[in-house]
Amino acid sequence: MSSGNEIIVGGHKVAHHFESAEQEFQASKLGIWLFLCTEILMFGGLFVGYVVFHNIYPEMFAEGAKHLDWKLGSLNTVVLLVSSFTMVLSIYYAQTNQSKKTSNMLLITFLCGLIFMVIKAFEYNHKIHMGLLPGELFTYENAQTANLAMYFSFYFLMTGLHGSHVLIGMGLIFWLWLRSRKNEFNKDYYTPLEIVGLFWHLVDVIWIYLFPLLYLVG
Amino acid sequence: MEHDSHHIIPFKTYLNILLGLLFLTVLTVLVAKPVSGFDAGVLNAFIAMLIASVKAGLVAAYFMHLKYDNKLHLALFLISIFFLVVLFAFSWFDIITRIQQLSTL
Amino acid sequence: MSASHAEGKNYLNWEKGLWSWLTTFDHKRIGILYMITVMVFFAVGGTFAMLIRTELFSAGPNIMDANQYNQSMTFHGAIMVFMVIIPGIPAFLGNFFLPMHLGAKDVAFPRINLISWYCLIVGAAITLVSLIYNGADTGWTFYTPYSIETDNGTSWVVFGAFVMGFSSILTGLNFIVTTHKLRAPGMTFFNMPLFVWALYSTAVLQVLATPVLGITLLLLLAERTMGVGIFDPALGGDPVLFQHFFWFYSHPAVYIMILPAMGVVSELITAFSRKVIFGYKAIAFSSVGIAVVSFFVWGHHMFTSGQSEAAGILFSFITMLVGVPTAIKTFNWVATLYKGSIRFDSPLLFALGFLFLFTIGGVTGIMLATIGLNIHFHDTYFVVAHFHYVMVGGTLMAIMGGIYYWLPKMFGRMYNEFWARITFVLIFIGFNVTFFPQFILGAMGMPRRYFDYLPAFESLNKISTFGAWTIGVGFVIALFVIVIAIFKGEKASDNPWGAKTLEWTTASPPPHENFLETPVVTGGPYEFR
Repeated sequence: MSSGNEIIVGGHKVAHHFESAEQEFQASKLGIWLFLCTEILMFGGLFVGYVVFHNIYPEMFAEGAKHLDWKLGSLNTVVLLVSSFTMVLSIYYAQTNQSKKTSNMLLITFLCGLIFMVIKAFEYNHKIHMGLLPGELFTYENAQTANLAMYFSFYFLMTGLHGSHVLIGMGLIFWLWLRSRKNEFNKDYYTPLEIVGLFWHLVDVIWIYLFPLLYLVG
Repeated sequence: MEHDSHHIIPFKTYLNILLGLLFLTVLTVLVAKPVSGFDAGVLNAFIAMLIASVKAGLVAAYFMHLKYDNKLHLALFLISIFFLVVLFAFSWFDIITRIQQLSTL
Repeated sequence: MSASHAEGKNYLNWEKGLWSWLTTFDHKRIGILYMITVMVFFAVGGTFAMLIRTELFSAGPNIMDANQYNQSMTFHGAIMVFMVIIPGIPAFLGNFFLPMHLGAKDVAFPRINLISWYCLIVGAAITLVSLIYNGADTGWTFYTPYSIETDNGTSWVVFGAFVMGFSSILTGLNFIVTTHKLRAPGMTFFNMPLFVWALYSTAVLQVLATPVLGITLLLLLAERTMGVGIFDPALGGDPVLFQHFFWFYSHPAVYIMILPAMGVVSELITAFSRKVIFGYKAIAFSSVGIAVVSFFVWGHHMFTSGQSEAAGILFSFITMLVGVPTAIKTFNWVATLYKGSIRFDSPLLFALGFLFLFTIGGVTGIMLATIGLNIHFHDTYFVVAHFHYVMVGGTLMAIMGGIYYWLPKMFGRMYNEFWARITFVLIFIGFNVTFFPQFILGAMGMPRRYFDYLPAFESLNKISTFGAWTIGVGFVIALFVIVIAIFKGEKASDNPWGAKTLEWTTASPPPHENFLETPVVTGGPYEFR
């Protein structure tokens, strides 16, 4: 109980103001869940805007969706789902003390994120080439509806904000990979994996909604 | 202080969830109007969102461990969604009861 | 525990040097950092207020032109809201006392706590950048489409507010986790002081509402840089949607400002009437109730802005409900005072000032919630007077009371009681002289936010400006009282007020980890016999 003695569990030193490793783990998890709540509400604002304007201008949104390639969108969905799977496996292997596999799973997750971003970059490149850009930057000439630019405002804002989260997640997962190679995670200490994992899954959940909203709803 | 948050879900469960998610992804693409021409009218968006919600639910319950975790986390997740619905519902209520002055665009 | 505590070391002299303060993870030191920051911002925002009132002393231009007036008004609003009142109580008093009230050694995430302070500083610095680009003149609400069109540094103020939002979110997140996970043995939820309940409710608002402000401000930035058209009617967008998004945050934000103040007042009233608080659970749950209801009422800011009548009626009705938990609190405070052994020290004076002024603010709030009256009062000085009665008469009164109450604990020194009472008299009288005439001006139809007015309004405006100067003098004296107390005050005992919450059981100033031994709690927070 005394704070003079350091508590070390699974090679990790518990911070001085916690009484036990379990208390620290639970506090960290509650913290990340609260953070995820803020993420849900932040992305939520964009979703609300999207739904409102989708209902006001259904033809415009249908036209916009035609300019997206649902095959690339589906591929990216699969990539992210697999990455979520490997992320959760890295925790599973940490919980069962298989640190080599933990490390490999993290690397695969990172690479999936990379593939996602590369595909996204191809899509962006195509849109930029066509002049299908948000708001005043819009230069595409064959638009059937007057304010098609707004669709691409939503497209770029939503996927851009999501993409920036993927990049942040990739950075965190790379950092975890480096740590896992030093065998820092085991069944008694895997808090960072759990926390980054939850963040990564939320990014996945947001994409699960973005994909049909942007690519499929005509 | 033993919560279930250190519960180890078997590998096989994770794999089944992944397969389920992939199946639902194929399904949502197949029932999408621009892809297959399948048209349920006003229900199109509803079906797409329903499938997405099932997928999100699977990810949250298993990958994010909510099913076995401290129920406080589940409550937070639901509360944030609830307040998102509040933001949507009231803004939406205003817009549908307003006299629409659509842009001349 | 290490030997250092035995030598009378406390959090102030535990480490030395400016660098040790700027890199500290100690919640008490971070609280002091917030105290200094908030006081500096308050001085800046207050200066703008003085300039505004001086300009309005008589009709026609006095000391500035219309553009400068608009800028002063914007900066007064933005600074006071985002940099003073929102961080004021939670991040300063809350940071210092929430862990102590719970019997914890620190907040759950000390590092994040420090980051949140830096977010505030960086956000404020970004806001300042706007001055290079001709400032901002939108008011703190950044209403579209004007905020999209105006050609000046508005983007920087918007971006600054976005960054400061993170500060608020991180503080709230920390408080929720601390309250859930770091309570001392025996500290059940119903053994927690009411200040903690208030901070907890506030934290829920900070976590759930602020992200929507974040996305709104990001959209506004995108609007200003790329013209995305979501809020711009010229591009098919909807400016009223901006107001929905903005007030979805900013109405709960009003409660982020007032709920912690209510928490402070609960502490003050029970401590200075030396009596168990009346209706503990009613006050605790009404804090949560106010927090929840606050999410459903934002449309009452938009009765005249093109929102549908049906939505207006709905919002009007729900808004009235806020009066219920608020009144529950007020009645309970009064009932606590009844037959108490009251000590009229300055903290209690400020708490009583709060009761008086906040009640006026609350009742005029109900008037404004009435949709028919609102059409008449909307955007007049009536609204200005109403929210100053709540923000200044409520929150600032509580901050002042809280500072005097906890100063002996924070610095181990007493302030000068005589001069503290003088500051109360000046601020209280000055406040009423400033803002009561504004109710009348508003009812007469004087619109807010203009730098000039009709000659008919002149005499009341003169009175109002005299009042403002009185408040100014009051706060300057208060600053001296506080600074002199910190450096030259008499040594304070560990519990000069005879209060019962946990922070008074430890030394003044507290040791580095708050308590030499983790306290074990066996009863409620206000066990006056």
